[in-house]
Amino acid sequence: MSAHADTHAHDDDHVHHHKETFVTKYIFSQDHKMIAKQYLITGTIMGIIGVMMSLMMRMQIAWPEEPNALFEALLGKWAPGGVMDADIYLALVTIHGTIMVFFVLTAGLSGTFSNLLIPLQIGARDMASGFLNMVSYWLFFLSSVIMVLSFFVEAGPAAAGWTIYPPLSALPMAQGGSGAGMTLWLVSMAIFIASSLLGSLNYIVTVINLRTKGMSMTRLPLTIWAFFVTAIIGVISFPVLLSAALLLIMDRSFGTSFFLSDIFIQGEVLHYQGGSPVLFEHLFWFLGHPEVYIVLLPALGITSEIIATNSRKPIFGYRAMVASILAIAFLSTIVWGHHMFISGMNPFLGSVFTFTTLLIAIPSAVKAFNYITTLWKGNLQLNPAMLFSIGLVSTFITGGLTGIILGDSALDINVHDTYFVVAHFHLVMGISALYGMFAGIYHWFPKMFGRMLNKNLGYIHFWVTAICAYGVFFPMHFIGMAGLPRRYYTNSNFPLFDDTHDANVIISMFAIVGGIFQLVFIYNFAHSIFYGKKTVQNPWRSNTLEWTAPIKHLHGNWEGEIPHVHRWAYDYSKPGHDDDFVPQHIPLKEGEEELQH
Amino acid sequence: MDTTVVNTGTEVKAWGGGNKPLNASYGKMMMWFFIVSDALTFSGFLAAYGFSRFKFIESWPIADEVFTHIPFYHEPAPMIYVAFMTFILIMSSVTMVLAVDAGHHMNKAKVTFYMFLTIIGGLIFVGSQAWEWATFIKGDYGAVQTKGGNILQFVDTDGHRVALSDFAISESNERVQHEQKDGIWFSSEGTLPSYTVDEVYKGLEANPNILVRTELLDEHGHKTVLSREESIEQLKNNGKLVVEGANLHVNEYGTSLFANFFFFITGFHGFHVFSGVVINIIIFFNVILGTYEKRKNYEMVEKVGLYWHFVDLVWVFVFTFFYLV
Repeated sequence: MSAHADTHAHDDDHVHHHKETFVTKYIFSQDHKMIAKQYLITGTIMGIIGVMMSLMMRMQIAWPEEPNALFEALLGKWAPGGVMDADIYLALVTIHGTIMVFFVLTAGLSGTFSNLLIPLQIGARDMASGFLNMVSYWLFFLSSVIMVLSFFVEAGPAAAGWTIYPPLSALPMAQGGSGAGMTLWLVSMAIFIASSLLGSLNYIVTVINLRTKGMSMTRLPLTIWAFFVTAIIGVISFPVLLSAALLLIMDRSFGTSFFLSDIFIQGEVLHYQGGSPVLFEHLFWFLGHPEVYIVLLPALGITSEIIATNSRKPIFGYRAMVASILAIAFLSTIVWGHHMFISGMNPFLGSVFTFTTLLIAIPSAVKAFNYITTLWKGNLQLNPAMLFSIGLVSTFITGGLTGIILGDSALDINVHDTYFVVAHFHLVMGISALYGMFAGIYHWFPKMFGRMLNKNLGYIHFWVTAICAYGVFFPMHFIGMAGLPRRYYTNSNFPLFDDTHDANVIISMFAIVGGIFQLVFIYNFAHSIFYGKKTVQNPWRSNTLEWTAPIKHLHGNWEGEIPHVHRWAYDYSKPGHDDDFVPQHIPLKEGEEELQH
Repeated sequence: MDTTVVNTGTEVKAWGGGNKPLNASYGKMMMWFFIVSDALTFSGFLAAYGFSRFKFIESWPIADEVFTHIPFYHEPAPMIYVAFMTFILIMSSVTMVLAVDAGHHMNKAKVTFYMFLTIIGGLIFVGSQAWEWATFIKGDYGAVQTKGGNILQFVDTDGHRVALSDFAISESNERVQHEQKDGIWFSSEGTLPSYTVDEVYKGLEANPNILVRTELLDEHGHKTVLSREESIEQLKNNGKLVVEGANLHVNEYGTSLFANFFFFITGFHGFHVFSGVVINIIIFFNVILGTYEKRKNYEMVEKVGLYWHFVDLVWVFVFTFFYLV
């Protein structure tokens, strides 16, 4: 470890590109670029599983209790004769949420791009601790495996929702999934939290300590700012989920009453006394809300970079962007109560949380405004990465507007736990973050694999995805306002909701088409790794340091000396230069002035 | 636009790269951020404790009545032993500082000596905690739990606590402890309390100077003592279970949440101290073997020192919230 630190201390020493065997190169790799790919591929597989689950849920909602060969094939004993069992629907809701939020959009997104970009964009040979980085990935892998395996438990996986509120999660006898399934969920999440902690420690310390000469904090690309702040939020909020999970395990297995009180099961009084499920909600949402920004901020950082590069313009308001990331990070830790307006929490407290929640609209609006201003009169290069970034801005605004409604306790009470909420958070964090992830993959695929993704397939992928995403989530606002509750297995028992059925069928059709067209992306991704067009050194004519590193795999990133940095990352279309971009490592010309954002 | 020109031609104050900010190596920074994260785990627990305690603000057990034991000394002496434990732990932090300082001077003998003292301090603390747990689990006076889950304790007319064994009338009873091997039910019964509620009730009836004390705190912060009639009434109508000592289900000192949090939080902290001792021992042997002498720095001692100080600091909070306020 100390030898490793020494190589970082002097950036002018020899590249330590040592001999790598198959195992150290592809499996137990300590190279951040390979770990990024491992995260990406694991995250993608988890994403496919998560999307499959949502498609099954949509089919069930649109055509309730109709036999479906797909259900029979995938769910086996939980879909006798192809009719989905109600318990497994709840399990699908739970595991879909868990997988998408934690495994795809936290680990898959942050894990991939923080690992890939932090060392490359700040000019470091690797992460501060390659070993911890490797452990972090393998813990993530282990937790993914455990989460998926929970589907093979006799009584089914956890089914208390991804928020695992007690008592459903605390009493093993409460429902099928509350037994071994819930235990596996908690074990998986505990391992996930450890993985996330190790990853975050590495990201933070690497950004603080290992920047190359000249890379001051104010010259960092906005991607790095976003990853850095995301890691800090993770270090602050995940431990509180760990506290909640440990207390929950005590309640489940050791008979304590932290979250339980006055419970009767089949006429029998249980001994639990004095606890409060609202306490769990507080602890959970203290993580749960920052988690939203853990998911979203990396996507926003990626978007900042891609929009500036492909508008051939400096990012508008660099300092405002950094400030708004910091403001969002701070505010995210004091708004958790807006998830609990109907939990029985004191209404005065609700009004405080309403106030802090609405404050978040300010930095969010600053970001949306700056994206649009950067695009304004730019020389737009509408490649797939750029399209997805613009798509992110669009869904971020659409979903953000309903956030203002839901953040207000007086309004939220009316649509709480309806499809309105589902539409809101899917647009603002689900689809937005997914677009950010796609944008990042299209943009940095050449850096990862040395080949280009097929552009035309990318266009098809974007346009179908964009249309289907709005096709799915836009009508949900209306059925939500009509009162349709989320998480219900079927609505056919309530004549009240008959009117919403047609909308549900349309939504499901969009979902199925959108889901199927992700195969275009999967094909493009898998095919291009081996057969894609070979990339040039700097395919997007971008300013950041990663494009100065050699294309071929090299543990240590740069042959010879690490480039020094002389300017910020956004010198696009700067007067007095021949090209419309000036990479960060190009020294200032005689008499040239450094633009300071 | 908010772009301004800051300098011309030359770069001033260029960032030099490497380990510059805060003059700390990456390992030390990682330890700091790990501590931040661990601190938030403890905050989660302590916030949960505060939340629950406020819910039972009217009836929370009085710490001075719970933690009164000292080894080999049988009179109640509130807080003396925990003060001793805390003192030992804080002293072990002091010896850790001295070890780190000796490390800065590359004085191997002194580092070894002070690391040794630190380990001893940690062991005394963990041992004391085990003893504290044992006495808490054993309990002292015994109490009766009501159907509503409240605790009834017994005092004499002067307000002194009376143990169940001092007044309960034992009857020859045929109850035997149920064991798993006897079938009927799949799990063995826990330990039977020494008396049944009936026996306690008969004892109360027979001793006119014994009263029932409820959990409820009056405006002076004392527990409410019932009158003789009320006492008999209360025990007769509501008494359900004799409780001796504290565990994760019941607690003779009051609400069971008090015991739940006490066991969980001091247990979690104790686990941290225990891991700290193990890590210290590893480092101690590395010091003896001269590993850091060869490395020409004792930074590892400093890193475990950070962790050790953090664990001590957490204890200060745990001590404050469980014992003092």
